[in-house]
Amino acid sequence: MLLREIVQMVEGSYLTQEAKLDLAIPFAAASDLMSDVLAYSRPHCLLLTGLANSHVIHTAEMADIAAIVFVRGKVPLAEVVEMAEEKGIPLITSPLSMYEMCGRLFQAGLTGCGMQSKA
Amino acid sequence: MGGALSSLTEVTRIQELIYELAINRVMTKAVISVSPDTTVWQLKEILRLNRISGTPVVEDGRLVGIISIEDLIKSLEQGDTQVHVREKMTTRLVTVHAEESVIEAVKKFARYQVRRLPVINDKGELIGILTNGDITRGVLEAIGVNGPSDDRRLSKKQIFEQILSDQTSVMLRYVVKAQDFKGGGHASSRLKLTLDRMGVSRQVLRRLAIATYEAEMNLIIHTQRGGELIATVQPEKIEVVAVDSGPGIPDIEQAMTPGYSTAPHWIHELGFGAGMGLVNIKKCADEMKLESELGIGTRLSFAIYPRLHTPEAVHAEQGGHKSA
Repeated sequence: MLLREIVQMVEGSYLTQEAKLDLAIPFAAASDLMSDVLAYSRPHCLLLTGLANSHVIHTAEMADIAAIVFVRGKVPLAEVVEMAEEKGIPLITSPLSMYEMCGRLFQAGLTGCGMQSKA
Repeated sequence: MGGALSSLTEVTRIQELIYELAINRVMTKAVISVSPDTTVWQLKEILRLNRISGTPVVEDGRLVGIISIEDLIKSLEQGDTQVHVREKMTTRLVTVHAEESVIEAVKKFARYQVRRLPVINDKGELIGILTNGDITRGVLEAIGVNGPSDDRRLSKKQIFEQILSDQTSVMLRYVVKAQDFKGGGHASSRLKLTLDRMGVSRQVLRRLAIATYEAEMNLIIHTQRGGELIATVQPEKIEVVAVDSGPGIPDIEQAMTPGYSTAPHWIHELGFGAGMGLVNIKKCADEMKLESELGIGTRLSFAIYPRLHTPEAVHAEQGGHKSA
């Protein structure tokens, strides 16, 4: 699924100039717990989260997350957005709740990362 | 070069260039748009964060309006912060087509006194936005005054291939301050970038970055005086050591139990403190060692052997056919 389709589906607005509209998103992960994202996400996935601090950006950077959608209309501080811009990670804010957003995207065929077995 | 005649031909060439320059070559493609259901308050944040003075309003992929900072100021003056963009946007739309010449856009800017023009394609979909600034920059680039320089992009250097020695190792040291939650991740971020420039593969890079970030957060959350992250990079082995000077871990076995956490509750608000850090480091690394003495400090080391993570090695490990 393309990022542009996802943004439309979740009624999202871009917070960054970095948009990567034609980026193909293979899976999504949803969590407010960054430890879980670090442990169970897969490279190039989309992250849906209610957490809006700098650790979300660092987590995305370390785990090669493609883009981040903030739920319930959350907008991080300007310095956090700037950090994402520097690292080339698109940030999107959506008015939807986490539940609603996951439901819509899953129904549209965007699957989860699955539990990765211990290597 | 020089002489009246050649400067005359230059002017003609520039005129031609401007007429030939299509809008889709100079427009901003990453359009920041809002939905009609965005509140004026959210819009204020979006405009501020992106340093823009207006944005198109899109519903179901269709351009339905445009909202500017003037509209926003009017709403704020009336104290309407929760009102939706739908009620304040301009629906009288002036657009340009992506394939048209920028000259057409210049004419529309002059005629309609607007500051931005949404750019649409044949299907009427919004695909870009154009300001006077975009045109100026585009024209300057087209005539070669302001062209993007190619040397800005750093090429990956295979550093180990450039160094001639019997054994090479590069040591990278990062200082991590205790309780520095704002700076948390800075060391891991710089390490990842550096290793990327040294030509480490994406797969190894990701594992190493995740493990280092967890170790960095541990130093920030749990130590009294912070600590250091020291990476030793060799072609066949990359090792990271996290050292601190206390308080030390009373029971290492317990600390390694998934879900066991001594982090204060408010750390959860940062997205950490779930008791998965050490477990996650162990999962990412090929080997890990944790030593600690109460009152003295802790030394955590982990290593990754890049050759174990080449696509062929991963395939073999996942049940591919291995030849004896």
